[in-house]
Amino acid sequence: MRHIISLQLENESGALSRVAGLFSARGFNIESLTVAPTNDETLSRMTIVSIGDDDIVEQIVKQLDKLIDVVRVTNLTATGHIERELALVKIDVSPNSQAEIDKHIDEYGGKIVGVSEDTYTVEVAGKSQRVDDFLVSIDASKILEVSRTGVTGVCQKREY
Amino acid sequence: MKLNGAQILVNCLQSEGIDHIFGYPGGAVLHIYDALNACDKIKHILVRHEQGAVHGADGYARVSGKCGVALVTSGPGLTNAVTGIATAYMDSIPMVVISGQVSSAVIGNDAFQEVDAVGITRSCVKHNFLVTDINDLVNVVKKAFHIATTGRPGPVLIDITKDTTIAKIEFSGYPKSINMRSYQPEIKIKTTQITKAVALIVQAKKPIIYSGGGSVIGNADKILRVFTRHTGFPITQTLMGLGAYPASDKQALGMLGMHGTYESNMAMHDSDCIIAVGARFDDRITGNLDKFCPYAKIIHIDIDPSSVGKTVGVNVSIIGQVNDALSALMQALKGKQLADISQWWAQIETWRSVDSMAYKTKAGVIKPQSVIEALYEVTKGEAIVTSDVGQHQMWAAQYYLFDKPRRWINSGGLGTMGFGLPAAMGAKLAAPEMDVACVTGEGSIQMMLQELSTMLQYDTPVKIINLNNGYLGMVRQWQEFFYDKRYSMSYMDALPDFVKLAESYGHIGIKVEKEADLKPALIEAFKQKNRTVFLDILIDPSENVFPMIPAGAGHHEMLLAGRDDMASTNDEGLNLV
Repeated sequence: MRHIISLQLENESGALSRVAGLFSARGFNIESLTVAPTNDETLSRMTIVSIGDDDIVEQIVKQLDKLIDVVRVTNLTATGHIERELALVKIDVSPNSQAEIDKHIDEYGGKIVGVSEDTYTVEVAGKSQRVDDFLVSIDASKILEVSRTGVTGVCQKREY
Repeated sequence: MKLNGAQILVNCLQSEGIDHIFGYPGGAVLHIYDALNACDKIKHILVRHEQGAVHGADGYARVSGKCGVALVTSGPGLTNAVTGIATAYMDSIPMVVISGQVSSAVIGNDAFQEVDAVGITRSCVKHNFLVTDINDLVNVVKKAFHIATTGRPGPVLIDITKDTTIAKIEFSGYPKSINMRSYQPEIKIKTTQITKAVALIVQAKKPIIYSGGGSVIGNADKILRVFTRHTGFPITQTLMGLGAYPASDKQALGMLGMHGTYESNMAMHDSDCIIAVGARFDDRITGNLDKFCPYAKIIHIDIDPSSVGKTVGVNVSIIGQVNDALSALMQALKGKQLADISQWWAQIETWRSVDSMAYKTKAGVIKPQSVIEALYEVTKGEAIVTSDVGQHQMWAAQYYLFDKPRRWINSGGLGTMGFGLPAAMGAKLAAPEMDVACVTGEGSIQMMLQELSTMLQYDTPVKIINLNNGYLGMVRQWQEFFYDKRYSMSYMDALPDFVKLAESYGHIGIKVEKEADLKPALIEAFKQKNRTVFLDILIDPSENVFPMIPAGAGHHEMLLAGRDDMASTNDEGLNLV
């Protein structure tokens, strides 16, 4: 099962490698990982998507919690949460495919954020599934490049 | 007054109450050594190899219960220390290792004797720090000791750049305590869990206490005795837990696991309620997980939540210090009637009567088991015994009955050959009034032989019991059983003359070839209170460690000594070796 794990950790050098190293050393799987400082500049927020059965995810959460730099670990999947991902997709636009592609961009709420002679760069945001669906909707041969941020998320309640 | 970083570090160590440092100098730590030279409160032990420094600090920590400290230089100093750090990590030993680092201006330039110390050690420390700014130094040192000694203890590395040791600032003292928002080791025992555990305990008809290293590290031997006596339950102990409960007591079933007693493993297998106390269900304990304790409800007491449910699912977890958890259980058990377990004890006695530790003697041959028995007798069971890794380690664990904690010092988790001798040196420094024996083999001892020299310099008299069978015995045993006696690289030709070797290091060497000479030699060795004595004992080279759970088997599938239908295992089992 897919789990979204949210971490708050000390914004210190080496903190990211401790987390990444833990996953590789213990053979846990990482689907995606995003990290950036929060409004409190001494804290970073990291969101990890991992796939594993409940026992493994329980171990992952415990092992992460054990890292000295980690202030808090939450398995967002186990609670009400908001998740978002952003993708930049470079698409080959030829005169005869443009209308079709415009339609899909509209359908998925995409934004054209860059244009060149024969390409669009489109920004799509939403749940990962939405980004997946958008990519499927476009003729694969027209997709030149995809860069996804990975999932970031927060818990829905005021406190957790 | 302005002090340089090195002086501040030494000041901090002194304030932390550190009295021994095991180390080896080099370019990046010259300032620190200069500051140490001016300090008469800390005794520095100059080892002969950095691995010896860390094992020495480790042995010191295990015996004293205090935090061990090692000091090494950058580059090879640090890499040599890594085996020692990993050893301490696997066995949860409180330790601070200080390593020099090249100047911050050249970090990342592949400077002379530069390695990425925090990167290399990341997966074998509880935490590590790189200090590049002298203003951070004091807090980092405080944090390091706080982290190393609290919660589930473990080694912490402080990597300090050379320029940090040279820079000067005003030193305003060492903090008494430190609070870290991301590290809160104080855990209160949850009453709900205690209630659930008690419900299982009072119903248990076939209970067993399974106690591990946490009972020793957590100084819980007293409450463990009270709890065990109060309940009347049988108790089995892991390799790391030996001594927390007296081995000579009738409720003690001996060690469990791969080379544990028949009664321990059978009782674990048939039990309906296991109380795991500071133990982590390691693979040497459980054997085949699919066959592990099929009938038992499991209560697991541990300070580390990640130890719970890691390999074996449990019914009730109690997170916290062993001392607190057992006290809470005792409190909750007051006035409660326990189930009658006399039938269970009767069953255990039938297993005990199998006498799984019996071994056959052979005229003219010294049996390793008899060496350990003689050692026990001569030292009246009161020595600190360190060991290396292999057959001799198992025999020492099986035949020396430890009645007190912090007397049995071995590398249980990492299984580090070479640990025994430097650990014995550290043990002797921690407890100078006690007899210290290092049980080793001719393979292991050669991995850290050079520390014989350190032991002369610092006058740490230890008795080395070398069970010499000319083989890497445990490897040979597995090859005999599972590789059709193809003894690939397990025979050691061209062994040194250990007697002359010991003598050349300024110690006493005694060779023991006949059984009749064994006890007199041991008596003589322990009479030499102020000398290190190397007993090179030629033992039966064909002896194997029994009983044994072959890899892949369950607790109830033990092999006992003297049976012809020798061990067999399958590929799945061999994966677990």
